[in-house]
Amino acid sequence: MLKITKIALSILFSTCLFGQSETGDVLIKNGTLLTITQGDKENTDILIRNGKIARIQKDIQPTNDIKVIDATGMFVMPGIIDAHSHIGIDAVNEATNPVTAEVWVGDALDPYDINIYRALAGGVTISHAMHGSANAIGGQCETIKHRWGVEDPEQMRMKDAPKTIKFALGENPIRVHGEGSRIVPNTRMGMEQVFRNAFEDGKKYAAEWDQYSKGLSKMAPEYNIRKETLAGILSGEIMIHCHSYRADEILMLMNVLEDYGVNKICFQHVNEGFKVAPELAKFGAYASVFSDWWAYKFEVYYSTAYNAAILSKNGVVTSINSDSRELIRHLFHEAAKTQKYGNLSDNDALKLITFNPAIQLGIDDRVGSLEKNKEGDVAIFKNHPLSIYAIPQYTIVDGIIRFDINNDNADMRIDIDPEEIIPSFFESSTHNHDNCMEGVSEFLFEHKH
Amino acid sequence: MKLLTINFILCFAFFSISNAQQITKATTGIFLLKNGKVYTHDNGVIKADVLLQDGEIKEVAEMIEHPGAKKFDCKGMTIYPGMIDSGTKIGLGEVGAVSLTQDHNEIGEFTPHMEALTAVNPNSVNIPVNRVNGITTALTVPSGGRFPGTAALINLNGYTPEEMYANFKGVVFNFPSSGKRGRWDRRSDEKIKKDEEKARKKINDFWEKAKLYAKIHSSAKRSDLDYNPQLHALMPAVNKTAPLLIEVNKKSDILSAIKWVNKNDIKAIFTGVSEGYLVTDSLVKYNIPIITGPILNNPSRASDHYNTAYSNAGKMQKAGLIVAIRTNETENVRNLPYNAGFAAAYGMGTEEAFKAVTINPAKIFGISDKYGSIERGKVANIFVADGDPFETKTKIKFLFINGYNVPLESRHTYLYDEFLER
Repeated sequence: MLKITKIALSILFSTCLFGQSETGDVLIKNGTLLTITQGDKENTDILIRNGKIARIQKDIQPTNDIKVIDATGMFVMPGIIDAHSHIGIDAVNEATNPVTAEVWVGDALDPYDINIYRALAGGVTISHAMHGSANAIGGQCETIKHRWGVEDPEQMRMKDAPKTIKFALGENPIRVHGEGSRIVPNTRMGMEQVFRNAFEDGKKYAAEWDQYSKGLSKMAPEYNIRKETLAGILSGEIMIHCHSYRADEILMLMNVLEDYGVNKICFQHVNEGFKVAPELAKFGAYASVFSDWWAYKFEVYYSTAYNAAILSKNGVVTSINSDSRELIRHLFHEAAKTQKYGNLSDNDALKLITFNPAIQLGIDDRVGSLEKNKEGDVAIFKNHPLSIYAIPQYTIVDGIIRFDINNDNADMRIDIDPEEIIPSFFESSTHNHDNCMEGVSEFLFEHKH
Repeated sequence: MKLLTINFILCFAFFSISNAQQITKATTGIFLLKNGKVYTHDNGVIKADVLLQDGEIKEVAEMIEHPGAKKFDCKGMTIYPGMIDSGTKIGLGEVGAVSLTQDHNEIGEFTPHMEALTAVNPNSVNIPVNRVNGITTALTVPSGGRFPGTAALINLNGYTPEEMYANFKGVVFNFPSSGKRGRWDRRSDEKIKKDEEKARKKINDFWEKAKLYAKIHSSAKRSDLDYNPQLHALMPAVNKTAPLLIEVNKKSDILSAIKWVNKNDIKAIFTGVSEGYLVTDSLVKYNIPIITGPILNNPSRASDHYNTAYSNAGKMQKAGLIVAIRTNETENVRNLPYNAGFAAAYGMGTEEAFKAVTINPAKIFGISDKYGSIERGKVANIFVADGDPFETKTKIKFLFINGYNVPLESRHTYLYDEFLER
């Protein structure tokens, strides 16, 4: 009887916990706070309770057995947010059709990906796990919190973060579908029509359901998850994050969106965004860029490391992303490059990896700055985060210390394969500049390498 | 007449277009850097003026006067020796994904006779983009096969490869790896081992031939010898008149490479060396110079500490090895100071990390009499900055390469100037 009660209780307990992630309490004392939205505050404490920022002020007395971090001489900033990454998922590209709106990387979350921990060790608390760029309309993405240590993929999700979907323009979808399979799109002309056709499908589908729900048609339309997703984009429920490079294709997509009444988009990479900065600003489009990547393919040959600065100074909400399991570990340094290339102020540079990506992911009311009632995502640095000598010390997610430089066991894996005596060594002395094509290049273009 | 006018207009139009893509001409002459401080490797920063003439550092002293010299006011600034990137593909590749613009990877496994210097494009758009960050010199390295070719050290200014050449060449040898080539490498451990053994045997056969070739070449029977470009290219390495650049990364491979080097009595430079920190004793014992990097790199194993690549250079240097840093980049060689900066932050310290991008590579390449520091008689490769060259905020104010005053312009700055306010 007792046993049954226990089981029942544990079921009840686990049901309650379902979707609910662990939160913690921590008091960070005497740091220099880089709040992003409310200026810098020296020798100030920050108290996180139940995973939320409860107080920011001087001399907060520790209560009970609360964990205290002495941040004297350190810099305390909001957890870094990466608006474009592919870590924490074990599938990136559904490269089988120019439109695959039905797929979702949220079905392929991988809590064992060591790159999550390595990102934490670079102060990154949230990343936008994106579908790849093989298709004009790729899959839906997932905004994840770096709760390293959890083994349930559900616990990785940032609950209630707005839905997003990956679009892609230019060389990648053209290579995969036009060159690879001889189907549209084979040019940037074809790209436009792929979007128009897809949006027509979504529009028609939404209208059919509308008719049905109003009782104007008796038969329910056939449920189609691809069209349902496309309709969701048109209604504004799902936000577009579009891989893009050239100025012309960026303008093209904004024109198409205008025709279909979609007024929100974040352009990703957008290397030539600087050429159409006034148009982006007028549309209200966001830009999430690399700090200095260029020339790795032809569509980025005419680009500049001053992109982020030009966009920012023209009033475009801009972020710096990684798109790389390597760069994600030092986004603070990538942001600092905007001071070399364009003289951004400290606060404007830090905004590119905190508040601005939060806006782009629709989570700026919850994270992206140190403010009361926001979620307790914090990165603590020795030396200013924009200095080359910055070294992350602690990274806190929802009030829980997920990275502590003094409590790092070197081997931080949580899925050690008992049959592998020594973990594999990978030769990789050069960057892969096309992480968006992960899972595609290997089998589609093998003959080219 | 009409035709002439059209021609004239066309010419003019072409000129203005091409002009927009062309960097202002670098100028030569006598240059005097006044009122600044000079960075020295072991005596800190000293107050001194620097006179550049005939492509050389003519004088480093307080209060130099020279009536004919063009003066550069360096007040509040520091004068540094130009940085040297010890491993790049600069000049050999233009647009990564466009294979016809890639000239670093020739067909064949044993092609040491492929000369990087031959394929260096002095007009590569990459060159100005990267040098404006204070990188004056780079080793440009062929890639691909087991012996992919001969790397060349170049200065990042000049109209011909010969003008750019900075007096060091070395044959590259990619030591057989017992590691995986990438995440997509699905070979079993047995298959990897087999591949590695096969590769080793081929190399040893090749090397024996090269030794024989060199022996005959230096003997009286020289005239009987059929010219063999591959074996000929290896002669300097076989005769120990030039070092062999051996790319090797994994711990067990490094140990094998040390054995191979000793067995064949070779003057070696190890490159990559990402697990060097695990075998510093052996590397120190045989006094092997190291070129490591990129520092901004992921660890090679899932089980590795997250900062493995950041801290490797510092650990090797502290163990007593001479260490140089490379980016392994083509279009972003400009990140060399940041690679060195991360090494500095993670244990190497600023001074040693700066040596790793200046005097250490000069020593490793055997050209420290001409490169790597600001001293009288050395090549005038200099940048002047308003702060610590590793800090991202720091701005480069003046740049001199091979005695030329190089404008701080590139496609990237031009696009900024044009599009900031459209």
